[in-house]
Amino acid sequence: MIETLIWIAVAIVAIGMYLSWTAGRLDRLHTRIDAARAALDAQLLRRASVTQELATSGVLDPAASIVLYEAAHAARQAEEENREVAESELSTALRAVFGETVQVESVKEIPGGEEAALELAAAVRRVPMARRFHNDAVRAARALRRHRTVRWFRLAGHAPFPLAFEMDDEPPVALADRPVS
Amino acid sequence: MKIGIVCPYSWDVPGGVQFHIRDLAEHLIRLGHQVSVLAPADDETPLPPYVVSAGRAVPVPYNGSVARLNFGFLSAARVRRWLHDGTFDVIHIHEPTSPSLGLLACWAAQGPIVATFHTSNPRSRAMIAAYPILQPALEKISARIAVSEYARRTLVEHLGGDAVVIPNGVDVGFFAAAEPRAEWQSKGARSSVEGAGGRREGGTIGFIGRIDEPRKGLPVLMRALPAILAARPDTRLLVAGRGDEEEAVASLPEKMRERVEFLGMVSDEDKARLLRSVDVYVAPNTGGESFGIILVEAMSAGAPVLASDLDAFAQVLDLGAAGELFANEDADALASAAIRLLGDPERRTELRERGTAHVRRFDWSTVGADILAVYETVTDGAASVAADERTGLRARLGLARD
Repeated sequence: MIETLIWIAVAIVAIGMYLSWTAGRLDRLHTRIDAARAALDAQLLRRASVTQELATSGVLDPAASIVLYEAAHAARQAEEENREVAESELSTALRAVFGETVQVESVKEIPGGEEAALELAAAVRRVPMARRFHNDAVRAARALRRHRTVRWFRLAGHAPFPLAFEMDDEPPVALADRPVS
Repeated sequence: MKIGIVCPYSWDVPGGVQFHIRDLAEHLIRLGHQVSVLAPADDETPLPPYVVSAGRAVPVPYNGSVARLNFGFLSAARVRRWLHDGTFDVIHIHEPTSPSLGLLACWAAQGPIVATFHTSNPRSRAMIAAYPILQPALEKISARIAVSEYARRTLVEHLGGDAVVIPNGVDVGFFAAAEPRAEWQSKGARSSVEGAGGRREGGTIGFIGRIDEPRKGLPVLMRALPAILAARPDTRLLVAGRGDEEEAVASLPEKMRERVEFLGMVSDEDKARLLRSVDVYVAPNTGGESFGIILVEAMSAGAPVLASDLDAFAQVLDLGAAGELFANEDADALASAAIRLLGDPERRTELRERGTAHVRRFDWSTVGADILAVYETVTDGAASVAADERTGLRARLGLARD
């Protein structure tokens, strides 16, 4: 009798430890998503700022300036639910303006243009990176949250179900080119 | 930035991953970052100042060959101490799925963790069995890097998730500036009037790699050699790498053996000079390669490359645009491609030029900037790396002292 009770107690403690460990894992994943999302936001904002700076600097022709300014402005002001679309449109605009190496070269020739081009190149390269890291974290969290244990014991609490950030982040060819000197 | 790098394989044994880590660490130090590398090493081995020993590695059969790995309590304790003392902004773990320091570090750390996946082994039973054990550790990795599109595909298939592709780096300038050695060159190249004598002259073929490791493909090259020598009797094969030389040439007819020269283990300088000297560099590897750094080194040195059509090799050679490919393990295809290349100086010059332009993307200046961009992305708004205390029961019950 006593023996049975001891075994039951051991089993309950073991289950409790497992649940607590799983909850810890889930908590860590949510923290990782938050950090990745913050990094992605920072990179997107950086890209929009650099674009806006370039658009207002008078380096580009008026038509290109307006296209870039509009897109960058829309991306920065976008509400959460329109964000993915607005950021994708900025990618499209950047591709349209910086599709040719000539355009990038002409920017580089103007005083201060060299740094601006480098900054923009870094920004368009880091956005896809940050997005991939974010979506990777989201996938890991979703895989764990779909697990029976997590669903039955409601280990995720009230945390919202994580969503991937889907957008077109293909960088413009002329800027994505690896340095050829 | 304070960067901690974890090397899974023994520092005293030469290998692709170790060289990559050494070059990365030295590149980052040159840029002014603080770098500490945790690597398995015998306590007596002299180590560079930035390497911290995690104790002696134990030879264990793993991934098709014998690897020297670290595990157990002692190693785990050293990993924890290193994490605690280092107060790193980011740690960069190489090969986190190998049962060694990488996995231990993944278990023990929290905070921004970057991981590079080097291997691309086909789905193994051990991997499937280990999946539930690996998953909690791998979940902590904030950013994954794959060394090639092929390695990324394997990673996605085996573990799910995604990774950015950043190739392994090579010091292109070092190889491009190496001085060719006359005795490793063919007569045609030496007199530098190619075409006149060069067409009939045999030329030299280079091979670098372990002789006794069948996956490096020397047996395939040995099977192809009689045909190459029949067409171009003056051809010489230069083999650099350790292993049993007698056994390697055993399959060759007696009189052809003198056309093969064994150089033994060569220094980095001699490796670069060898690559600068040969007319064709042959990489007949039969599998187990996820990147092919030697091809990049050969191209940096301006050697025309002929390689087996492994996925990873095809990728590095830009699907055949920067070097020639032959059907894997097909000695006849290797022989005919080699004969064609040796007899065609124009094609070799073309390959040299394409190769030189192609390798720029593998130079440390490009690769290092990309890796730093990954570090900066994961450290944005995140706390620094610390030992993960949550694994203790006391901590979970809220009893741990802060």
